[in-house]
Amino acid sequence: MNINYTPDEIAFRDEARAFLDQALPADIATKVKGFRRLTKEDHQRWQQILYKQGWYATHWPEEYGGVKWTPVQKHIWDEESCHYGVPRSVPFGVNMVAPVIIKFGNEAQKQTYLPRILSGEDWWCQGYSEPGAGSDLASLKVRAVSDGDHYVVNGQKTWTTLGQYANMIFCLVRTNTEVKAQEGISFLLIDMNTPGITVRPIITLDGEHEVNEIFFQDVKVPVENRVGEEDKGWTYAKFLLTYERTGLAGIGLSKAAMSHLKQLASRCIKNGRPLIEDTSFSQRIARVEIDLTAATISNLRIIAAVEGGGMPGAESSMLKVKGTEIRQAINDLARRAIGPYAIPFAEEELDLDYEGEFLSDENAAPLSAQYFNNRKLSIYGGSNEIQKNIVSKMILGL
Amino acid sequence: MDFRLNEEQQMLQDTVARLVRGEYSFEKRLAFSETEAGFSVDFWKQLSELGLTAVPFSEELGGFGGGGVEVQSVMTELGRGLCLEPYLQSVVFAGGLINQAGNDSQKDVWLSGIASGELQAAVALQEPQSFYDLNDVQTRAEKKDGGFVLNGRKAVVIGGHCADLIVISARTAGDTRDAGGISLFALKSDTPGIERRVYPTIDGSKGCDITLNNVHVSVDALLGEDGSAGPIIEYQTGRAIAALCAEAVGVMEVANELTLEYLKQRKQFGVPIGKFQVLQHRMVDMMSELEQARSMAILAASVADEEQSDERRRALSAAKNVIGRSGQFISEQGIQSHGGIGMTWEYNFAHYAKRLIMINHQLGDDDFQLERYAFLLQAS
Repeated sequence: MNINYTPDEIAFRDEARAFLDQALPADIATKVKGFRRLTKEDHQRWQQILYKQGWYATHWPEEYGGVKWTPVQKHIWDEESCHYGVPRSVPFGVNMVAPVIIKFGNEAQKQTYLPRILSGEDWWCQGYSEPGAGSDLASLKVRAVSDGDHYVVNGQKTWTTLGQYANMIFCLVRTNTEVKAQEGISFLLIDMNTPGITVRPIITLDGEHEVNEIFFQDVKVPVENRVGEEDKGWTYAKFLLTYERTGLAGIGLSKAAMSHLKQLASRCIKNGRPLIEDTSFSQRIARVEIDLTAATISNLRIIAAVEGGGMPGAESSMLKVKGTEIRQAINDLARRAIGPYAIPFAEEELDLDYEGEFLSDENAAPLSAQYFNNRKLSIYGGSNEIQKNIVSKMILGL
Repeated sequence: MDFRLNEEQQMLQDTVARLVRGEYSFEKRLAFSETEAGFSVDFWKQLSELGLTAVPFSEELGGFGGGGVEVQSVMTELGRGLCLEPYLQSVVFAGGLINQAGNDSQKDVWLSGIASGELQAAVALQEPQSFYDLNDVQTRAEKKDGGFVLNGRKAVVIGGHCADLIVISARTAGDTRDAGGISLFALKSDTPGIERRVYPTIDGSKGCDITLNNVHVSVDALLGEDGSAGPIIEYQTGRAIAALCAEAVGVMEVANELTLEYLKQRKQFGVPIGKFQVLQHRMVDMMSELEQARSMAILAASVADEEQSDERRRALSAAKNVIGRSGQFISEQGIQSHGGIGMTWEYNFAHYAKRLIMINHQLGDDDFQLERYAFLLQAS
């Protein structure tokens, strides 16, 4: 047993750090570390830098332009990225639809879509959830009726993250209503500029526009945009979900948030002393950091198993639950650290160009909003209840 | 022993409930929140026309002579409507401070205005460095020309952005965090030297930070004796805590009603999600938390107007601690039970959830109250 990185892995980490030192734009890192808003342009600028470095597609085979990293290397990259304040990658193209196209798509689809994902030409979003199909995804109702060389799509998708920026959407649609729910689903790639598609923003409780509803009215989609076989979409969807689940634990993000919290608590004042010196508050921080340490090792154990040729199984569901609870606990403490200043929402201070005086701590403005926003962590990507169902079924056999 | 409201108290609660039901739909609240005042001036007028802003004041001042339970009855219903009006700040807190500390002529001038709703007051006790400790006062008031000159900064004054009158704590003696040496002043908000930085709050209300820059006031602005406001502030903060607990119970009631309704009507896997045992148990936990909170709000209301004692102090800290914890539980678990829909601006649940978390940040959060309770325990 050895829980340390090998010399090769340490060399890789040094290489990653050197690259981030030199290539990560300071304004973007400042935004990420201070929980400020990122624009579409920020995401695209960083995507281009990664693309030129050849480090954008870490889950793809080399023949399609991927980079051949081991699971441990991917993990190191993830940790360093979070530490440096790299924007969280928008996963829908590169890490979600691309693996599906690579595994189940035809040659034409690979030739068309993969280079455009790599170059950043296409921005993908995910058409899975519907108003009536959340945890029970297989009950989805968006209908695609075959009409010669195309499908006619009608219905509504929801919770579409950053759909307002996307020009492509991958959708689960119902192509057969005569069979069991899981057996009548197909996987379509749809151009968002097709007539009949409407994107409507959903504003979340923190006032942000991150998610959307997408309406389809008689949208014509060429049959050649179907991935794999008709009515076999559920298989592809599940394959994609395993990719979604990896990384949802957000261990690297929690580590970055923890370091942010400790800095914050050393600047905030209680009884004339830094808050970090307050016994009860420092013990609260300590408890979460200890949980985070345990989750970090659990994460490494899963990665090591995958490195040895295994597939991440239901263990990643357990880690998703723990990891999201830890991140929410960190957000809770950050909000508590600023005391009464959790109440004001000084939105102007979220702007990087803000030159006025800060109401309290320079990083206080987004903290309450972020606490509320991150309640989503235990809901999305398969709610924590669904993850527990998976564990009880797959591991415990209950 | 009788936990029922008497006939008058029940009538009072029904009156507020009817008014809130009729005038305070969720859509209207969103619109009120967007106005410059950040609440409904019209609704405030209706409250005062019905005599509700006079509830805690004596009959000589045109009031009902109501105590903790009467205030509780009003606040719970305002909580149910997620009402934005400054009832707590102006009527309960500022009114209470002036009532306890002020002389007859000050009471005459200001309390009748507060009781009739024509004068809106706010309370500025916290400071940027004070966290929740109201003895942590750096703002200074120096004697000059028969009056005082005030300098300093007050933090997170809810309703202070549009208040006519601001009750401010300032130090006339002693060091930061000394219990003694604190004085209270009632300042007209247009007094030269007062600067306000106005902001919306995350839960839909408005407030400000106040900078006092060589603010000259006459001795008439001083409430009570110079340097002796500490115990008055502590006592009235206790009354405000009781009122805030009552509001929180109203907020939690609706949060739980909405969640239960959702569990019954939302279907997944072919059944209402309320059929899943894990969600049933969570709903039961939310309900139990509400009942714990309700009990503590009752305790707080019943000691709110009692003479000060360590028992009163402990009861109020305990109540605020329970409210903080149960509020957070109901807020978080309610969102989780709803799923994504519980996080959207367009659906009212999220706004109840936000209010519950922010109530914890007013007048000391659960950690602060726990510490205070433990301190009182050791001291006894």
